[in-house]
Amino acid sequence: MTATTATVRKVAANTSVRHYLARVAFGLVLTIVGLLFALPLVWLVLAPFDATPSLSLQWPDWTLDNFARLFQNPYAMRSIGNSLLLGIGTMIIVVVLGALAAYAMSRIRIPGRDGILYGLLLLSSIVTGTAAMVPTFQIITSLGLINTYTGVLLVLAGGILPTVIFILKDFMDSIPKSYEESARLYGAGPFRILRDVVVPIARPGLAFIAIWTIVQVWGNFLVPFILLRSPDLQPAAVLMYTFYTESGQADLRLISAFALLFSAPVLIIYFVVNRRYGFRFHGGIKS
Amino acid sequence: MAGINATRLVKEYPGGVRGVDEVDVEIIDGEFFALLGPSGCGKTTLLRSIAGLEAISSGQLIIGDRDVTDAEPGARGVAMVFQDYALFPHMDVADNIAYPLRIKRVKRDERRATAERVGDGLSLQGLIERRPGQLSGGQQQRVALARAVATRPDVLLLDEPLSNLDARLRLEARTFLKELQRDLGVTTVFVTHDQAEALALADRIAVMKAGKLQQIGTPREVFQRPNNTFVAGFIGSNPMNLVPATVSAGSIAIGDGVSTALPPGTEDHVREGQAVVWGVRPEYLRWTTTEEPGAIAAEVSVVENLGASVLIAVNVDGHKLQVVVPEDHEPAPGDRGFVVPTGSKTLLFDAESTERIG
Ligand SMILES: Nc1ncnc2c1ncn2[C@@H]1O[C@H](COP(=O)(O)OP(=O)(O)OP(=O)(O)O)[C@@H](O)[C@H]1O
Ligand SMILES: [Mg+2]
Repeated sequence: MTATTATVRKVAANTSVRHYLARVAFGLVLTIVGLLFALPLVWLVLAPFDATPSLSLQWPDWTLDNFARLFQNPYAMRSIGNSLLLGIGTMIIVVVLGALAAYAMSRIRIPGRDGILYGLLLLSSIVTGTAAMVPTFQIITSLGLINTYTGVLLVLAGGILPTVIFILKDFMDSIPKSYEESARLYGAGPFRILRDVVVPIARPGLAFIAIWTIVQVWGNFLVPFILLRSPDLQPAAVLMYTFYTESGQADLRLISAFALLFSAPVLIIYFVVNRRYGFRFHGGIKS
Repeated sequence: MAGINATRLVKEYPGGVRGVDEVDVEIIDGEFFALLGPSGCGKTTLLRSIAGLEAISSGQLIIGDRDVTDAEPGARGVAMVFQDYALFPHMDVADNIAYPLRIKRVKRDERRATAERVGDGLSLQGLIERRPGQLSGGQQQRVALARAVATRPDVLLLDEPLSNLDARLRLEARTFLKELQRDLGVTTVFVTHDQAEALALADRIAVMKAGKLQQIGTPREVFQRPNNTFVAGFIGSNPMNLVPATVSAGSIAIGDGVSTALPPGTEDHVREGQAVVWGVRPEYLRWTTTEEPGAIAAEVSVVENLGASVLIAVNVDGHKLQVVVPEDHEPAPGDRGFVVPTGSKTLLFDAESTERIG
């Protein structure tokens, strides 16, 4: 009896030591991985304030010179504005069309509906991807939309919409039909129902889609790079590519300062939208 | 205010399932009408067809004096309370109640006033600013009712409005619903699969099975004179005893040597040797240990306590019958004795058509 208790205790002590060691090792690994991921972010924050930034991480020689030079560049600030314009423009197209399409997809029975959705989803990754850039360029050229925002907005929105419809359809599927039916009984038409019932309930989903779209467009380099010519139309992601010194080297002083500026709006949008709409979901009460 | 008149109403779902099959029903203005039947019999489908949420496949539907067979749901003057209440989670109680008015472009102040007045009428004082998620089930149900009656509809449709409530609350809500309906005098169609609820609330009951109407009548009629064995078995808190039998020499033979008298009024409608089903409710059978005229020998197999009474199952020549016995007189399993039917309360059905005879 006592012998068995002792064995049990020894085994227990053994496992708890092993358990403890495993946890420490696990924590160490996580710390190292975390540091690796944090390094570029630290660079992003420190380098802009360094008089002589390099690609390695170093304690900066504090200065605001880089920003002063950046503001003298005629295209820098305008490109941020261009990015905002493209981002918000695409976002409006995507949210409006996406909400309408997802609502229809969720409520109307079309044979092969899921197949259509999956197909679109697969194809969409091609539209904004590298593979389709030549045909995309040709289509936009023959439409006479080269070097216009209309062309860029169409291609960007077209690439993002399928994913958005896919996500939003799921959201709308989870809104009980009885909400709409009850509104219909009181005489509400489809758009009224969409406005009063579906959109408010799907609002967290729409907010997510809006932010996600802006972030996608903000970081998109390829589409505006190919479809836009004039430097004064170029968004920030493309402009950054043009920061070279006279000797033909990447101008790290401009790039680092611009990179910090470039990441700010996205963060701000995220916090504003999150505070205003919140990523919550009402869902059904009881069903 | 309006009555409802359905003629040969059919709702066929894609795939050929007939949710409602050739239903003829006339619901009188101001009536409290129950649709009763087992799960899947088409109660909800019929209700939704009346509301216009399901397109009617064929037949005609008249509400008031208008043919609304093809009318939009919003143009029929009906309001409906859904089984899940369908309260909008993003609106407070007042906005929920006043939502129908918002669609009718009533001004905000007026909407608020109406919401408060109707809310007060349904004991929702102090809850008007809460969200539906912050209400109990019973409160949600009253908000849903308030929203439905806020526009003074001609017809009120209720789909199992009490089934989400717990047993005690359900009894309270039942009384409440009956009072509300009487006060408003609104034609009400009410779906339930609980026969006790239908008997307690309704002016008239329609019993359905597999999309077809089985019987329409007052609670008393469907209870006392069910049209067929299905209605007989469905209505009543203890199902009616239905015993296969044959007509033999002016009485009913239940198996070997056991027989009982023909129910009054059926003598002229049966023929010798006809296969029938003898029906008697457990409440109308009396248990006794002494033989008397009309008594049927039986042996007790199970005893179930119902509180103020006891339900016993007895064996009569291979058939199981249930009998309600007053408390303190209950026998024990294995006891032998007799059951005596109250002759005027027994029924006879044709075995083949299952219809009532006489
Ligand atoms: N959308 C639909 N498509 C096809 N068949 C349906 C549809 N809705 C209902 N049905 C079928 O129609 C029949 C009646 O359904 P209904 O919902 O009216 O039953 P119910 O009497 O309300 O049942 P319950 O008491 O379970 O709510 C059922 O057989 C059901 O399977
Ligand atoms: Mg139902």
